[in-house]
Amino acid sequence: MPQEIPKDNGNGHKDQHPGITQGASGEMTVEHVHKGYGLKPLVKVVLGDCNFVLENRKLTVLIGPSGCGKSTLVNILAGYDMPDSGKVTLDGVPVKGPGRDRLVVFQETALFPWMTTYQNVSFGPRVRNELSKEELRVETTRLLKLVGLEAFADKYPSQLSGGMMRRAELVRALINRPKVMLMDEPFRGLDAMTRALMQEYYVRLFETKPGTNLFVTSEIEEAIFLADRLVIMSNRPATIRKVLEIDLPRPRQFQMLTSKEYLGYKGEALEILHEEAMKAFARGKTSSADFVEAYSKIAGK
Amino acid sequence: MRPELNESVEAQSLAEQGMQAASNVEEMPSLSWEMLLSRVKHALGTSAPYLALIGLVGSLLVWWLLSEVIKAPLWEKVPGPVAVASEWFSRHPTFGMSIFTADYYMHIWKSCWRVLQAFTLATVLGVPLGLFMGWSKVFKDYSFPVFETLRPIPMLSWVPLAILMFPGREASVIYVTFLGAFFATTLNTLLGVESIDEVYFRAARCLGSSQRQIFFRIILPGALPFIFTGLQISIGYSWFCLVAGEMIAGEFGLGYLIWNAYMTVEYPVLVIAMITLGFLGWFSSALVRLAGRRLMQWQVREIA
Repeated sequence: MPQEIPKDNGNGHKDQHPGITQGASGEMTVEHVHKGYGLKPLVKVVLGDCNFVLENRKLTVLIGPSGCGKSTLVNILAGYDMPDSGKVTLDGVPVKGPGRDRLVVFQETALFPWMTTYQNVSFGPRVRNELSKEELRVETTRLLKLVGLEAFADKYPSQLSGGMMRRAELVRALINRPKVMLMDEPFRGLDAMTRALMQEYYVRLFETKPGTNLFVTSEIEEAIFLADRLVIMSNRPATIRKVLEIDLPRPRQFQMLTSKEYLGYKGEALEILHEEAMKAFARGKTSSADFVEAYSKIAGK
Repeated sequence: MRPELNESVEAQSLAEQGMQAASNVEEMPSLSWEMLLSRVKHALGTSAPYLALIGLVGSLLVWWLLSEVIKAPLWEKVPGPVAVASEWFSRHPTFGMSIFTADYYMHIWKSCWRVLQAFTLATVLGVPLGLFMGWSKVFKDYSFPVFETLRPIPMLSWVPLAILMFPGREASVIYVTFLGAFFATTLNTLLGVESIDEVYFRAARCLGSSQRQIFFRIILPGALPFIFTGLQISIGYSWFCLVAGEMIAGEFGLGYLIWNAYMTVEYPVLVIAMITLGFLGWFSSALVRLAGRRLMQWQVREIA
């Protein structure tokens, strides 16, 4: 028999209550994480010394232009990839592999196309055989209702709209009560209207029951709208350029997007990204050129 | 007590607002006679069935002109449609082979039964083998080079060896037919597993699936579209290899009938057997396609 994959990563996280939102406290720390790809003389360094903390009850947003290594960092936090050096811990315990305590909502849709919405959402508890059939039904139905998908329980992903798929994926993760939610550019590719709705939707979910959340994006407006703490990444090899505490009132409202405080944060963040872009420009490498291009997209918004 | 999220009026109302419009989606009607009738009506409203008819009648006409009217070069010895039909649909056929003779159905039955056995065996062995090769890198490293060496050997070259290997003629014909189907099924299944996006494995693993669950819930359904493409190809190969096997080693069956008709100068029978094979091949692929659609509702609905 093939060996079983550790499900809880040895953190002893065992939750008796079938929950509907995130589980108990989880604090992730990232210390001196380096990561490169390729063989020895030609190693391409993607992450160079990343340090930050994901606090419980805080929505941390990681922003940086596309291609700067955000996804690499998420993969390391999720345990799909190991850092070359440095340490990633969850509540003090080093991360050794993927586990249900840190769930990822992926950039591209990862709903199983051959399962209905119901089967997709209930997948986690079903494969771990945690709940009785009845409990599972009640729990799944309640979550589907919460995201307005109960009428679509028996539909396949190909029959859902982009926004519905994102919501289904969100509850597929939440049903497992993860300690940490890792959102890797989850709203990329949605149209502007749906995206705004999903942002509002997501921020309400978080505000009702805040847990440890990391939200990765390359959109500055989305970043500040959602964030308690904004982590700005530098050009490759990526480091954490600056951490901004976003002290805007919750619940967040879209009217806020025109407030003075909001614009102040936006200006500050853009300035840092601009500096990074200028540095990259001066270096004149292809990767730097990509950075400049990506920056101009952010700033142009 | 934890504050439960579903008590949040705000979140709920938001969900309702955004999603109300979407939930008024049309329900799929269940399969019924009514639906079938409307489908037929719809099909008759398009040009497709008429074009198909023109194509069929046109090619019969060309065949008739070439073989029976003009008697074109190369076509002198080819029996024309009139000669074939007058044998095929005759109550008292000259060569004893028509839709009213028991012999005709006996040959059809023999061939179908051989294909069914061989195809079933190839599917039962080929699909799991392909799945295992895709699932375990180590197993693939062992088996793939052997597989790839055996696969390109033309099936016909197996016939003499098959006759040597197996005691009866029946077994050797089925063996050759099986080989034809087996390689196509296995290779397509393997490609199917390899076509599954890595993101599904990641999602399944972090949600706590065991390797066994990944096999049955991700690999098997994920590879299904490719498996059925493979089965479509392999049912075609089965007929191909069957006829080759029957010509050389058969005592009954349509392949045997073709060869026998050639040897005994019963040319209309030869053509009857060929056309019969054409229909059987078409019919069997349609069955495989139908089974595939049944098993992959999630794909059918995508198109609907």
